Amino acid sequence: MSTADIESESPAPPPASMSTSGRRLGDSVFSYLSIGSGLLIFLTLAAVAVFLSTESLPAIIASQEFAGTADFSLIEYTLPLVFGTVLASAIALLIAIPISIGIALFISHFAPRRLSSTLGYLIDLLAAVPSVVYGLWGGIWLVPKLEPLYGLLNTYLGWIPLFAGEPTAPMRNLASASVVLAVMVLPIITAVSREVFLQTPRLQEEAALALGATRWETIRTVVLPFGRSGIVAASMLGLGRALGETMAVLMILAPGATFSLHILEVGRHNSIAANIASKSAEASGVDMSLLIFTGLVLFVLTFLINAIARWIVARSGPKS
Amino acid sequence: MNVRKNKLASLAALGFAAGIALTACGGSAEEGTSGASDAGGAAAGGSGYAELSGNLAGAGASSMGNAQTAWTETFKGLVQAEGGDITVTYDPTGSGTGREQFLSGQVKFAGTDAALDEEELAASAEVCSGEQAFDLPVYISPIAVVFNLEGVDSLNLSPEVIAGIFAEEITTWNDPAIAELNPDADLPDTAVVPVHRSDDSGTTENFTQYLSDNAPDAWTHGPIETWPIDGGQSGDGTSGLISAVESGNGTIGYADASQAGNLGTASVQVGEEFVDYSAEAAAKAVDVSPREEGRAENDIVMELDRTTTEAGTYPIVLISYLALCGAYEDEATGNAVKSYASFMISEQGQQVAAENAGSAPISDELRTEAQTAIDGITVG
Repeated sequence: MSTADIESESPAPPPASMSTSGRRLGDSVFSYLSIGSGLLIFLTLAAVAVFLSTESLPAIIASQEFAGTADFSLIEYTLPLVFGTVLASAIALLIAIPISIGIALFISHFAPRRLSSTLGYLIDLLAAVPSVVYGLWGGIWLVPKLEPLYGLLNTYLGWIPLFAGEPTAPMRNLASASVVLAVMVLPIITAVSREVFLQTPRLQEEAALALGATRWETIRTVVLPFGRSGIVAASMLGLGRALGETMAVLMILAPGATFSLHILEVGRHNSIAANIASKSAEASGVDMSLLIFTGLVLFVLTFLINAIARWIVARSGPKS
Repeated sequence: MNVRKNKLASLAALGFAAGIALTACGGSAEEGTSGASDAGGAAAGGSGYAELSGNLAGAGASSMGNAQTAWTETFKGLVQAEGGDITVTYDPTGSGTGREQFLSGQVKFAGTDAALDEEELAASAEVCSGEQAFDLPVYISPIAVVFNLEGVDSLNLSPEVIAGIFAEEITTWNDPAIAELNPDADLPDTAVVPVHRSDDSGTTENFTQYLSDNAPDAWTHGPIETWPIDGGQSGDGTSGLISAVESGNGTIGYADASQAGNLGTASVQVGEEFVDYSAEAAAKAVDVSPREEGRAENDIVMELDRTTTEAGTYPIVLISYLALCGAYEDEATGNAVKSYASFMISEQGQQVAAENAGSAPISDELRTEAQTAIDGITVG
């Protein structure tokens, strides 16, 4: 722990050989540049927030909840989309997190050095595949392959609400979308978790081994507790991608607007981002404004989830 | 420890910010025209391509997107061959957005699946130098009823049966209603899976208009752009719908005929006979339809007769219109619009669209009327 604290101290004083005036100029230029970069983030976020708020105002005013001049209700329109978005992302994380942790542990603690670096490289490559490609792959190749699995789940585990209902082929349902989302967030969670696991203090691990712990016990008692906050942060990064993912969902999911838990049924769910992408081409006026409003909701939603995640990280961090 | 933890947390925050910024993109494309040169001259009717220059921007219906791509390319080539230099662009943003941009003067012509209504015509005078805008039918496309059913290659369907299928009343392929129309086919007891468009689409509107005109009892939802029945299979865009139909068994959908690919297409009952879709049969359906009443002489909008019993017509047809100004103040722009519109409706232009987008060429009679309307545009 103490090493990390020392790392965070201010950098070492510059070498004396540097000329005083040169150093000052460089210092100020660099400080302005970095302050500017930092502010740019705020400006971009503020610009997006302002755009979303002002552009969605016409829909808010015209909606059933307020003036009632338009025939849509903000809540009725948005809530099923929020439900679909959160459900798809949650299932994707549920699938991706255990696998990611497994891969990360394998790379950091089990694999021989050469294999682990190759594997790490492959995982990073997976993150670089564009979502359209995942959409094509999922829609054309994966969906037919998943069909028998869904049949089994529906027949034998149909008593669980998630797998109930009547699935019909092609399986362009929320489950398929979630599986593809899981593949997409997998590399992000893996990469961050791997880095965290590699930071586990060597001495603690060796101490555990010296006390007679097996490798699994070492991982359970030292590596995982040490990396817990890192895993949460990694999952939140993945969640961010899953919530906002557009193309892959759009190309795989046959949308609907219900609060159904039956993830195998087709045409029951939709995500906010995919809905915007599919409707915006033919939307204009107040309908466009309504779509932008759902964008605003997604914006707020991601902030909320991010805040909750930070709170979890702060609470669940190991006491040092 | 604490430091490491915070670093990760802020990394997570950064990821969110990036994700948000990405999801929130996709604003409106600002398109303008610039008649870059002062070269005027009459371009009406005749070629006059040599005097054309600058840029001409249009936007609108995605249905004619492929045709517009072919038109703009070919037109550019023709103009260059005669020594002119013009770039026409068409942004397939969708009919609604196209009309909006046209009425606000951002683009000089628009493509739209629905003709300009009275209100829009009145509003158009403001950007059209005092003259009202008008519509011309430039793109006629048959909508095919496509299906994917093992062991069945051809199918005869009546409007009532199609409506029953899409209203989810007919649920198996060996339903007596289907069997009656197809005595020779070996129909399995596979479930019928109707596939619709998940995005708002002019194709959906035309298709449901056909159902509602011909089988109002079986299709009670009327003509709609957004699918009225909750749930069910769907695909995003024509390609999404086609891929959904292809990857299922017992699936049936409706799509622009040029995109049907290897899928089976149903023959549709017209009067007593069953007609397979073809460009000629679609064009004929437009020819037998009267003009919509109460519109100006140059505003050519068809009142498509989808209930026709005339032999050899295929009544499930999408007509896309070109919206033009009655007058263009800028001479270069006006001449460019007139030349380009004339090219679109010309025999060559329609042939180019048929080859590249699978549309049905408009008839000579319609062409003459449309040309007269184009010649009537005041320039300068």
